[in-house]
This record gives sequence, C-alpha cells and structure tokens, in this order.
Amino acid sequence: MISAQTWAGIAAIVATATAGDVLQSRAMKQLGDLSAIRRARGIAQVLRRVASSPSFLLGFVFMALAFFSLLITLSWADVSVVGPASASLTFIANAVAARIFLKEHVDGRRWLAACFVAGGVAFLAR
Amino acid sequence: MTARKYLLLLAVAVFASCGDACLARGMRDFGAVTAANWRSLLGALANPWIVCGIVLLILFFSTYLTALSWADLTYVLPATALSYVIMAGLGKVFLHENVTPSRWLGIALITVGVGVVAAGPSHTTPAHQARHGHRSAVDAERGSDL
Repeated sequence: MISAQTWAGIAAIVATATAGDVLQSRAMKQLGDLSAIRRARGIAQVLRRVASSPSFLLGFVFMALAFFSLLITLSWADVSVVGPASASLTFIANAVAARIFLKEHVDGRRWLAACFVAGGVAFLAR
Repeated sequence: MTARKYLLLLAVAVFASCGDACLARGMRDFGAVTAANWRSLLGALANPWIVCGIVLLILFFSTYLTALSWADLTYVLPATALSYVIMAGLGKVFLHENVTPSRWLGIALITVGVGVVAAGPSHTTPAHQARHGHRSAVDAERGSDL
C-alpha cells in the first residue's frame, strides 16, 4: 500500500518532470537534430547552442526540482514503485501537455497507450 | 528510424533505470528525509552510489535530449518504456525489493501500452515534419543522410 506521503512525492515529481520535459522538448525542436549538428559542427557547438536556449535552461530548473523530489520520495518508498509510478504518470501528463503546448498530434493510438499505462499504475499501487 | 536511433532509445532506458537504482541504493544509507533533517540531502551528494547515479543520469540526459531533437516527446517517453522493466529487475536483484506478481502485471501493462505508441510515427509536429520532409541545412551542408 502506497502512503499519502509517497503519493504527494510522486505528484511533485510528475508536475515538475512534465514541465521540464515539455520545455526541453520545445528547446530541442527549435534547435534541430543534435546528431547532425555534432557531426557537422562538433560537440562544442552542440553544447553552446543547448546551453544558450532559454527553454532548455528553464526546463533544466524544473528537471532539477524533479530530481530532488525523486531523491526525497525514494527515501520513503521502494524504487520499483516510485520509479514506474512517477514515470508512467508523467507519460500521461506529458501526452496532455504535449498536445496543448507542443501541438503534437496525440492520436487514438497514443491515448490507448495512456489507458494501458494508467491500468499498469493501478496494479503497481496494489 | 535507423538501427542507430533504436540503439539510442535503448541507451536512454538503460541509463535511466540504472541511474535510479543507484540513487535508491545510495538513499538507503541515509534513511527517510524529513523537514527536520533535510540537510542530510547535502551529505547524500558525497555518497558513491549517489555520485554514480548522477553520472548515469547525466548520460541519460544527453541521450534523451538527442532523441528529443528528432522525435516527439510523446514518442520518446513510451519508446523508452523498457526502463520500467529494467528498474523492477534491478530493484529485485540488487536491492532485494519485493516485486509482487501484481507489480509485474502492472509493469507488463505499462510496457504493452507504451509499445503500442512506439510502433507509430516518431514525429507529428509541423516543425519535425518540415525538418524530416526536407533535408536540413546541416545535412545539405554535409551531404549526409541520417
């Protein structure tokens, strides 16, 4: 049984990780294929472009918050519960956020997957 | 999708799960973190397991960002779902956590769900379609085909 405290920790991870993921995805879409840039211009140019992206930097702050939320929550519960539960709920939150903020085409296939994931989380919590 | 790109998605899953398992092992040395002893988190940053976890998560981060540069967020996350299975396996084998049959069933459902997504297109946004529909400026400059 997962405690209310652990659920609160998982909720904090999901909220901060989703904000971080969406911001970083936006930054990477704006920059273009990093592998191609690295091959053409070198790793230093990749690092310079990534580090100078405002969306990436803000996303990085949220990822740091998600990291410390994860660290604290792992001190309360097993990694085999916290890891999959937070990651899969982040997946669902990301599907909604990506459709709204990134204009991704979240079709029936992706929503069906969200239902499987939600069911999986229910079993994980038992 | 090339074999190299599938390999990159696999690397994302392996680095993420191994990193989380190392963090979990490291946090066992410190016990539960509360408002009264939050400063113990700073000490945790010197723990070898936590340091190892951070290094693995940096590797995860770099491969994850690279994947996001050529695929949708709603593709990259499910396509790396193998990390759930690896994480549960690491928890059971190395941390001796109790992974019950219902938890395994939950992990299986999650993996099937995300597998459904991984079988679809990797990019749907106008920006990506434009980039992949036409050779990018960098590709044209290099004369290479990803």
